[in-house]
Amino acid sequence: MEDIKKKIKENELKDHIFAIIGLMSTFVGLILLFVLFVDLFIDGAPRLSYKFLTSFPSRFPDEAGILSALVGTFLVMLVTAFAAIPLGVGAGIYLEEYARKNWLTNILEINISNLAGVPSIIYGLLALGLFVYFFRLGESILTGGLALALLILPIVIMSTREAIRAIPNSIREASYALGATKWQTVQWHILPYSIGGILTGIIIGLSRAIGETAPIITVGALTFIAFLPTSPFSSDFPFLSFKWLLDPFTVLPIQMFNWVSRPQKEFHLNAAAAGIILMVMTLIMNALAIYIRYRFRKKIKW
Amino acid sequence: MLKKKIKENIIETSLFLCAIFSIFITVSIVIVLSYESFGFFKKIPIIEFLTGTEWTPLFAEPKFGILPLVTGTLLITFIALLVALPVGLITAVYLSEYAPHKFRETVKPMLELLEAVPTVVYGYFALLFLTPILQKIIPDLAGFNALSPGIIIGIMIIPYVSSVSEDAMRAVPMHIREGSYAMGATKFQTAFKVIIPAAFSGIAAAFIMGISRAIGETMVVAIAAGMMPNFTANPFEPIQTLTAYIVQVSLGDVPHGTIEYQTIFAAGITLFFMTLILNIIGYWLKKRIRELY
Repeated sequence: MEDIKKKIKENELKDHIFAIIGLMSTFVGLILLFVLFVDLFIDGAPRLSYKFLTSFPSRFPDEAGILSALVGTFLVMLVTAFAAIPLGVGAGIYLEEYARKNWLTNILEINISNLAGVPSIIYGLLALGLFVYFFRLGESILTGGLALALLILPIVIMSTREAIRAIPNSIREASYALGATKWQTVQWHILPYSIGGILTGIIIGLSRAIGETAPIITVGALTFIAFLPTSPFSSDFPFLSFKWLLDPFTVLPIQMFNWVSRPQKEFHLNAAAAGIILMVMTLIMNALAIYIRYRFRKKIKW
Repeated sequence: MLKKKIKENIIETSLFLCAIFSIFITVSIVIVLSYESFGFFKKIPIIEFLTGTEWTPLFAEPKFGILPLVTGTLLITFIALLVALPVGLITAVYLSEYAPHKFRETVKPMLELLEAVPTVVYGYFALLFLTPILQKIIPDLAGFNALSPGIIIGIMIIPYVSSVSEDAMRAVPMHIREGSYAMGATKFQTAFKVIIPAAFSGIAAAFIMGISRAIGETMVVAIAAGMMPNFTANPFEPIQTLTAYIVQVSLGDVPHGTIEYQTIFAAGITLFFMTLILNIIGYWLKKRIRELY
């Protein structure tokens, strides 16, 4: 009897100890995230200023800024969004609403889940071989944007599917019972109900693309760009110009990588400042995604 | 009526094309990588490539043995796994079996933020924060080394390992848990002797996909590991991974069609097949747990 009591005590103790270890290991990552942010902030905050945001890169660390990188990031994201959203959402709708269960659908599924796991630098090599040399698009904003679009496509597809899958079948059946066609059902019921989840996926995908460095390096983006791409607006007819798509560019993570790889300490401070901007951008996007998910989950009750 | 039908058909076809596009991506990856590496293997015998222990393609007398890059990649992956597997698994057990619902729902999105941080920022952190601290503990540690980026990559992939294993554990039906509790088992015993074995294939999937992530990670190693193709298993020395080599060559201006240009595709195809095999095993294991319960 005593033995059993002792054994029970021992087991309960183990249980408590594990609960503490579990809590601690849950926080390992979060603590690192916090330390990282504080470290970045201490190093970089003194360099943050209006001038830093509006200056071109320079040989002199205290005159250098991130203007061309910011503009480049924005334009590349524009291309990425334009390419990845229709393709990704379209593929997601097809796989959930139209695809029959057959070998082709099976291959599509394995393929997409594999693409999600392909290292980002491989997408860079693909873009280098395909866009830069085969389609002769050069080391341009268009190439960079398309490379990132391919990279985030699996994220957009998978989150679209997940959002659509959450809609109960009764909604579809009700719509068909009223004589609606497949597309009418998608347009008037499926999309409005899943738009929250789809948006969340798109934003998470874009925030991933903003921070990606490796594929952009492979494509051959320049690190020292002291000019802006051609303006998309022109004074003569047709007032819109797409010449900027073929301009050389740099993006924020590349600028940061360039600064961090230099030996001088002053450039490291610039890297930290660029890192703060980058972190704030991605964190805001992620917070937005979480908020949208939360709002829609609350709004729709089946 | 007919007009409606045509419209429906057009829409279905275009959605189908969107879905098929993903196959086109995979096919073009394989074609581009093999086309360019084919040019490489015409000049360098594949045996020399796979068994050579020196990788100096940018030297005057170039040597093309991929092994230093592969061992560098594996060394980094091994260090990352030493961090990510135990911490990720314990976190998953805690979140799935111990933590109250509210705690789990708040902590999970926060953990996902770890994946959201750009890798170049992690590289900065490994080189300028973690390495100096590690150097105080290990005086022999080089300024560029495998240890520091390995640890950082390990922490980076914790949420990945933990969320996939947690999903697997939560897929184990409640009655199995209740059966264990009814026998007088503690939560700890239930988790490790009942739930983990029951969710084994899902947890294995998490591990394998974590490995695949670590192998493909680029910027942290490119910044903090030193770009030195070193045939070594010593984590205190500078090394180079497959990914970091591709970055190094891309940073220079390498003309299209030269052997230097082709080496990055040869490194790329090696990397692609390493991760492809892991991803397929992972997909299969994950599917199995879904079918099991």
